[in-house]
Amino acid sequence: MPSFYQLDFERPLRDLEARMATSVADATEVPALGGLTESVAGEVQYGASLEAEREKLLTELYGRLSPWDTVRVARHPDRPQTRDYIAAMCRDFCELHGDRRYGDDPAIVTGFGRIGSRKCLIVGHQKGKTTQEKIACHFGCAHPEGYRKALAKMKLAEKFGVPIVTLVDTPGAYPGIGAEQRGQAEAIAVNLREMSRLRTPIVSVVIGEGGSGGALGIAVADRVAMLRFSWYSVISPEGCAAILWKQANEQTNNAAAKALHLTAQNNLDNGLIDSIIEEPPGAAHRDTQSTARSVQAWVEDQLNDLVARPTDELIEQRYQRFRNMGSYEERVQSDMTSAGDELN
Amino acid sequence: MTKTMSNRTWAELKPSRRITIPEGLWLRCPQCAQMIYRRQMEANLHVCPECEHHFRISAAERIAQLADPGTFERLFAGLRSNDPLNFRDLKSYEDRLVSEQERTGQDDAVLAGRSFVKGRPAMLCCLDLTFMMGSMGCVVGETITRTIEQAESEKLPLIIVSCSGGARMQESGLSLMQMAKTSAALARFDDAGGLFISVLTDPTTGGVTASFAMLGDVIIAEPKALVGFAGPRVIRQTIRQDLPEGFQRSEFLQSSGIVDRVVRRHDLRSEIARLIDYAGG
Ligand SMILES: [Zn+2]
Repeated sequence: MPSFYQLDFERPLRDLEARMATSVADATEVPALGGLTESVAGEVQYGASLEAEREKLLTELYGRLSPWDTVRVARHPDRPQTRDYIAAMCRDFCELHGDRRYGDDPAIVTGFGRIGSRKCLIVGHQKGKTTQEKIACHFGCAHPEGYRKALAKMKLAEKFGVPIVTLVDTPGAYPGIGAEQRGQAEAIAVNLREMSRLRTPIVSVVIGEGGSGGALGIAVADRVAMLRFSWYSVISPEGCAAILWKQANEQTNNAAAKALHLTAQNNLDNGLIDSIIEEPPGAAHRDTQSTARSVQAWVEDQLNDLVARPTDELIEQRYQRFRNMGSYEERVQSDMTSAGDELN
Repeated sequence: MTKTMSNRTWAELKPSRRITIPEGLWLRCPQCAQMIYRRQMEANLHVCPECEHHFRISAAERIAQLADPGTFERLFAGLRSNDPLNFRDLKSYEDRLVSEQERTGQDDAVLAGRSFVKGRPAMLCCLDLTFMMGSMGCVVGETITRTIEQAESEKLPLIIVSCSGGARMQESGLSLMQMAKTSAALARFDDAGGLFISVLTDPTTGGVTASFAMLGDVIIAEPKALVGFAGPRVIRQTIRQDLPEGFQRSEFLQSSGIVDRVVRRHDLRSEIARLIDYAGG
């Protein structure tokens, strides 16, 4: 599928696909001549081997992505979004709009749906596909009313014992005048606090971009997974490069992406997530259906396990999951001595 | 209730260096542009005697101002960053930490402990803007979480004074998770009926605002403090227009319904004491 979004590391693939296009064009002339000649059979075989070569090349190229390239794949305009997953995974989706306070933020989609045989509440960031939808969704950057809508619906799920599935895909919460005026920070903070004590299972999947507090605002969960080519970090590589490298360009973005440890593998190694969900050859934007099947399988597995647990145990484990995050060294010394040392 | 309180004096609690304050006997107030005598400003709680501009102060100075003399008993002092991601930008995080530690005499951007405020016992935790802009990495997150847990177990009111550039980039996702960790600890403190007074000072932004700082039962802000989620520069770049006068300042947040009270530094101790009496006494 042609796309305006070019990934530099895919250049070898484009050469191969050009060769495939020529070979297909040759092969399509065949029926007019009637019957398969030897040379035509050769063409078909050549086509099949090109196809195999393509798949091998895709796996190879995506097997050695740099962190910065991973960020670009995560931002691919054809990458499936929350509404695509809902369409692929949920039967009978019943969307619920609005925060009952201010408005309905389209950057966060919420509603009931059935995944397999299980009733769930789905909460997910939506970036938008068409220009119009992208603008309405602020490219996946939610406002306070989006986070408040998410929490209101999650409390509804809690009330009726329905497990919650959240799909994370945001560059970050929206930085704007209205967002600040309506308490962006408060909305996210309250979600963090309340999600930690919601008395129903919560599972989260980072499907694309996991940009800072805006991502975490719907990701305080019992289990968290990342798709192989998603990213999750405290800041975007460009934001980090602009501050710490004093400028954001190709080279500094690369360096920042690496330093931030933002890939799925990094986050798994650092204990921030529990699983990585693999994507099809050439990443999710090439095959929404198979990606959605993998996400669904993971979600169903986790929920089967979590719903069987007593609620108090569930909440305690969720608390400990976040309580234990962090890395530091601790010198053993008496508090009194140190107080004197530090303050004088 | 038995408590071991040190007998240190005010003088001992004062920081040895005041790096937020320009050197020299006189300095120009950034707000009213008057030349003011530095000692006089410092004696005035680091507030401009001419126009009430609240100068930024270190955590040690904040504690000296808030805690009853000699009552602050520091806790959780042994925590230090171990540079978990081996982070390196133009400078390595390790070098940055060492130079900040040498410059400030502190291990990280937070001081926490038991103290009395106008005779009322409380857990007090202050972020330190002088150390890497008060940013929250694992040490800050862990210290705040322990302070919350300690307040819960000792049934004490909790006071956190915030000033921070947000989550610390050099610990990336681990810093981000401190937002969830501190907020989850506050959920438990809330369940236990604890009183949390959050004090916002100039500036409080990013991941600190979007977690514990905005979760106070009562949220107080010092006059004209910059408080927000996104920084003004980022907002200006995003919306490509100038920001309204006073945007993201304490008074704006109070009128937007986000902050309960704007309180002058001179009134902070008595306001905290009053709130403890109403809600936690
Ligand atoms: Zn002045």
